[in-house]
Parts: sequence; C-alpha cells; structure tokens
Amino acid sequence: MTVDKMSVGNRIDPATKLKIMNIELPQWRAFMIVAGLALAVILPFIVEGFSVFQLTQVMVYAIAVLGLNLLTGFNGQFSLGHSAFYALGAYTTAIMIDQYEITYYWTIIPAGIICFVGGFLFGLPALRLDGLYLALATFALAVATPQLLRYEHFEGFTGGVQGLDVFKPDSPIESLNPDQWLYFFVLFSGILLIIGAWNLVRGRTGRAMIAIRDNPIAARSMGINTAAYKSLTFGVSGFYTGIAGALGAIVAEFVAPDSFTFFLSVWFLVGMVVGGLASIPAAIMGGFFIVYGQNFSEEVVINLFGDDPSKKALIWVFYGATLIFTVYVVPNGVAGLVRRWVARFAR
Amino acid sequence: MKLHQITLASAAVLALGISGAMAANAPGVTDTEITIGNTNPYSGPASSYSVYGKAIGACWNWVNDNGGINGRKIKWISYDDGYSPPKTKEQIRKLVERDKVAFTFQTLGTPTNSAVHKYMNKKKVPHLFLATGATKWGQPNKYPWTMGWQPNYQTVGAIFGNYILDNTPNAKVAILNQNDDYGKDYVLGMQKAMGDKFDKMVVKRETYESTDPTVDSQIVSLANSGADVFVNISIPKFAAQAIKKMAAIGWKPLHLLNDVSAAIAATYVPAGVENSKGIISVDFYKDPNDPEWANDPETLAWRKWMAKYQPRGDLKNKMNSYAWAVCHTMIAVLKQAGDDLSRENIMKQAANLNQVKVPMLLPGMVVDTSPTDFFPLEQMQMMKFDGERNVRFGPLISAETE
Repeated sequence: MTVDKMSVGNRIDPATKLKIMNIELPQWRAFMIVAGLALAVILPFIVEGFSVFQLTQVMVYAIAVLGLNLLTGFNGQFSLGHSAFYALGAYTTAIMIDQYEITYYWTIIPAGIICFVGGFLFGLPALRLDGLYLALATFALAVATPQLLRYEHFEGFTGGVQGLDVFKPDSPIESLNPDQWLYFFVLFSGILLIIGAWNLVRGRTGRAMIAIRDNPIAARSMGINTAAYKSLTFGVSGFYTGIAGALGAIVAEFVAPDSFTFFLSVWFLVGMVVGGLASIPAAIMGGFFIVYGQNFSEEVVINLFGDDPSKKALIWVFYGATLIFTVYVVPNGVAGLVRRWVARFAR
Repeated sequence: MKLHQITLASAAVLALGISGAMAANAPGVTDTEITIGNTNPYSGPASSYSVYGKAIGACWNWVNDNGGINGRKIKWISYDDGYSPPKTKEQIRKLVERDKVAFTFQTLGTPTNSAVHKYMNKKKVPHLFLATGATKWGQPNKYPWTMGWQPNYQTVGAIFGNYILDNTPNAKVAILNQNDDYGKDYVLGMQKAMGDKFDKMVVKRETYESTDPTVDSQIVSLANSGADVFVNISIPKFAAQAIKKMAAIGWKPLHLLNDVSAAIAATYVPAGVENSKGIISVDFYKDPNDPEWANDPETLAWRKWMAKYQPRGDLKNKMNSYAWAVCHTMIAVLKQAGDDLSRENIMKQAANLNQVKVPMLLPGMVVDTSPTDFFPLEQMQMMKFDGERNVRFGPLISAETE
C-alpha cells in the first residue's frame, strides 16, 4: 500500500496544474467540498421541517445510489435487485427496534453487515452471469422480496403485510428538533460512507474493480482475482444500500412490503444514470433527482394545467420527457456534464 | 409510562374543553376557503383507484359551484403516492406542513395509511374517512384522530359467518382469500362470528397473491375437498377466474363472494353471467346500473352530477357512486361544524354523526358515529345474482365491531 501511495504522490499529475480563472483544479475541488459541507450544515436551519425531511430522504437515496454505483459504475455489474438489499437493511433495523427494543443507532451497522453478507453470497453465484443475465437474476431478487416479506411464517418478525412501525428518535440535543437531528445523523453517516467509498475506489482495490469493468480478461491476466473482487464488490454495494435502507426506515418511521417493490430498484438506477456513472458526487445528484424529479414534474403539471386530479396522468408523461431529455442532452449524467465543462474551461 | 398516558389524556380532555369554548380555526381555513388534503394512487399497480380521487375532486367542484359549505369553498389538493408507503409519508407531510391543509380525507390504501397513522395522530390532524376497510382505523382511544368510513372487512366476514351458521349449519366450507391484510381481515371476521365452529366447518383454505397469474389450481384443490359452501374473498380479476374455473370443472357449491367483487361489469360479465347465477354477496351502496334505481331521485341527482362534472367518467363504475356518498358524509361533518372549523371540532363532529342520511347508500342505511364508535358504516344487505342483476334480500344486517 505504501508503495502505491508513494508512486502516486511523486508523479505529477498534469491535471493538477490546470487552472480555471487562475485557480488550480485541486483548489477548486477543495473549495467545492467545503462550500458543499457548509451549505449542508446551514440548510436545515433556514428551511422548514418538511424540506429538512426531504433533504434527509435525498441523502438516504444518495447512499443507496452510491452503493449501486460502486457495483455498476466502478465494477460493471448490473443490478435491478438493489431494492432487495435496501429492504433487508430496512427490515433489519425495524425488527431490531420493534422486537428487541434496541436503540436506533446500534441497528445501522448490523443492518449493513447483514446486507454485506447477503450481497456477497448473492455475488458468488452471480459470478457466472454477465450483463443482461445478471440483470435478470437480480430482477428476480427484487420481485421476490416483497412476497417473502409477506410470507405467513415470517409474520412474527416482519409484521406481514401490515409492516412494522419504527420509533422515531427524539433529538438528544435540545436546540435541534427531531427532523434536524435525523438530518445530521444521516448526513454524518453519509459523509463517513462517502469517505469510505472514495478511499476504496482510489486505492488498489478500486483500480482492480475498474480494471475488471474495463476488460475482465486483461484484468485476470494481470493477476487480479476477478471472482473475489466481483463478489466482494457485490458485498460492499449491499452494505451501502443496506445502510441506506436502515436509515430510510428510521426516516419514514414505517416499513411494509409495498415500500420495497421493484420500482425502487428502478429509481436507484435512474438516480445513478442521471447523476453519472462511476462518480461519487454523482450519487448525491442522483439522490436529488429521485426525490425532486417527481415532485418537480408534479409542480410543473399543476402550474400548467391546474390541480385537477384528472390531469394527474400528465405528471408521468412530463417526468418521462424530462428523463429522455436528460439522457440525450446530458448523456453521462450531471457528473459527465461537469467533467466536460472543466475540460472546456481549464487551461 | 402510565403517568405519561394520564397526562396526555387529561391534556386531550382540556384541549377539547377549551376548543368547545373558543379555538382558532385549523390551518387551511379562511373566511372563504377550506383546504383539504388527499393522497391517492394515480400511477403504479393500484392506479385503477384513481377514479376515487377524480370523482371526489368533481364532487368538490359541484359543492363550490353551489356556494360552498357555510360560504366557504373547498380547495382539494390530491397528490399521487403510487401506492408506496414512503411516498405517502412524504406527500402527507407536504400536505400538512407545506400546503397547510385543515385535514385529510379519503386517503387510499391500507399500507399507505399505516405509514402515516402515527404521524397524523401525533400532529393532531384529522385523518378522516380513509378509503380502506381495515378494522384498525377505528381505535378512538389509541388513535383519536383517525377514522375509516366503509363497513370494515371484519364486518363483512362476520356477516358471511353468521349466514353460514343460520342457513347451512352442517356445511363443509372452503375459503379462498387474497394473502394480505384485506383477505385476512375477512377471515378473521368469519372466525370471530363462527367461534369454534370455524375450525370444524372449514375443510379447506387456499390463498393467492395479488401478483399470481391465475387461481385455477386453488379452485381445483378447493373443489376436491368436497366442500358445499365456498367463501370467495378475492378482487374482481381473480373472482372472475374462479367463477369460470368452477363452471369448467362442474363444482357448484353455495358461493359467497365478497362485496369488493360483486360487480356485474367487473366480475360477472367477464366470468359469464350464466356461470355467475346464484352467487350471494353483500353491499351497502346503490349500483346505479341496477334498473331498480332507474327512477330513484338520488340516482337521478347522481347522474345529473356525473353528466355535468364528470362527462367522461364511467357511469358503470361503482366507484363513482361510492365517491358521491363519501363526499356527502364529509359535507355533513363540515356543515355540522358550522363556523368553528378548528381541528378539534372537525374531529368532534366526525365522531358525532347521529343517524345521518347520505345519498347513494342503500335505503334505510345511515352514517352513525360516537366518541367511542369510529365505524361510520356498519350495515349491509345481502343480495343474490339472478343472471341479470343483484337482487337484494333480507333486512339490513348490522354487525357492530367491538
């Protein structure tokens, strides 16, 4: 590991010398991170409770999209089954809180670990499947999950179709209301996970993951244990998505089989593609799109056509149009757009 | 914990007492307007229920064109939740916290309403007349801000149970039910009504998932059990399949079909009217297509409203007459509340509907609630399909749910 770091440190990356408005790119990046963090800390104090709740949801989905992005963007494996990991994480937390009365913050890591194991185990047989076939296998996982959660003999644990109520934590800090507290709790978890992902993909593991994505045969001939990396990536991806599910259950205060349909997997996929593949900040963009994409379409349709319920069908038409527009105009997602702008203006 | 509950209870009593004297109007209420919130699936697997949201919106348009309620017009905000509980949570919070609705009305679905059950009660926002028949909406002690509307599923199950005990006490009973809260609530109602006879009389029970392609194999297995009474708790698609399959294999038990599917256009016609003859069911509101109501003033008024406010609405769809009835229940509550439109008083009036008549309910039926009875409708009448229409028979049956 040390050798790796040295060699990266000593080599001068030409990109670091590029400037926009006479400021070097790494400084821009540092500035953006600080500004983003400052904004994230200030926002819950200037917007009202409902918006804080929405922003918390954005971060929850961002973590899930990040999990999917590690698998698809960095490792090239498709998954339509991430709603299953999300559900597994959510139910682990809900059951621990509801049945064993464990405090919510102790449930997050176990939920992640269970999903890591689940992801790893699912990743093993998935090694034999590529591309579309893997997508199909994971699709089966997504479709089966809500049915399993309804299954009669698990009802004692899962609450069956009725689902489980999750006790919403009170804020331990007096000056924060529960919404704000939950926001910072999720924000803190999100930052830890982002740092983790960033370290993972920039190190030797990350290079192995990307090499497998770009050319599995070449990667294997370089001595990379593709089987181990692929199933481990599945596990890590499950870990991230499971933690998102656990946080999501606490934010929504409720889990039920209908919360985790196949559609949820599709939202993750949409968030990932709109944000941009193989980029960590893109996951945050993805989270924003998942939460605000639908709401934005709803607002636009209400403003254009009035809030007559018979016009509701137009919301999804508009949403579909937005999505097509995004895919055509911003083909590599928001992250791709930023990269192109940087490439144009940096000199 | 106990002390906490006592404090809460006394606080609630105090709040009610004070509100009786003088309380500020609810958010969303002005001198000219009352804002009402709603969530309904307009997209996703349950989007066929979008008829409810549209029809109730059309009902409020009719109210507003006729001067509103006590001079106030209704502003109806109905959001799409796609039948997904987390989305419902988001939309309900948006309605309460951003749109500042006075209360919510006819929010649809059991899992979706479960997701906001606690929230509404914590925020003390009236969560009124939910569009779901689950029994858990009637718990005035634990959830004093939530109330259902339609006869709950257990009531119907109990009516079937009693009918079997009275008419075919030696029968062998087979049950098909959807494997979710709706199906299970019916069976629970039957169990409660039949007591220990339930286990003796039920010889076979099969379930299906709402995502199954068919129920053919379940029907064959139920027929092979030798049962002579069949209790069919399924939604129209599967009810029609069951009726068809029964005809194909020549199984002719006494067929009790749940009210959800007892619709001629949705179930009996696709299944074949010949095959459907003799099916017994229950209902609580008028089917406008039934010739019996051709000259009924309520039905004529309903047709007039449909023609003007929902010109493209389906006259054959019974959801439209349901919407008209539930909308009038809400109107009754708001009229009764008069000019005191605080949330406390709206809830108080909803829990104080004394034998209120509402159009499109079956003759003799009334809406009745009290501070300890949060089940507005608890009567139904049995009916039998004669090949052309559902002929009602017997008296209105009430099954009080405890």
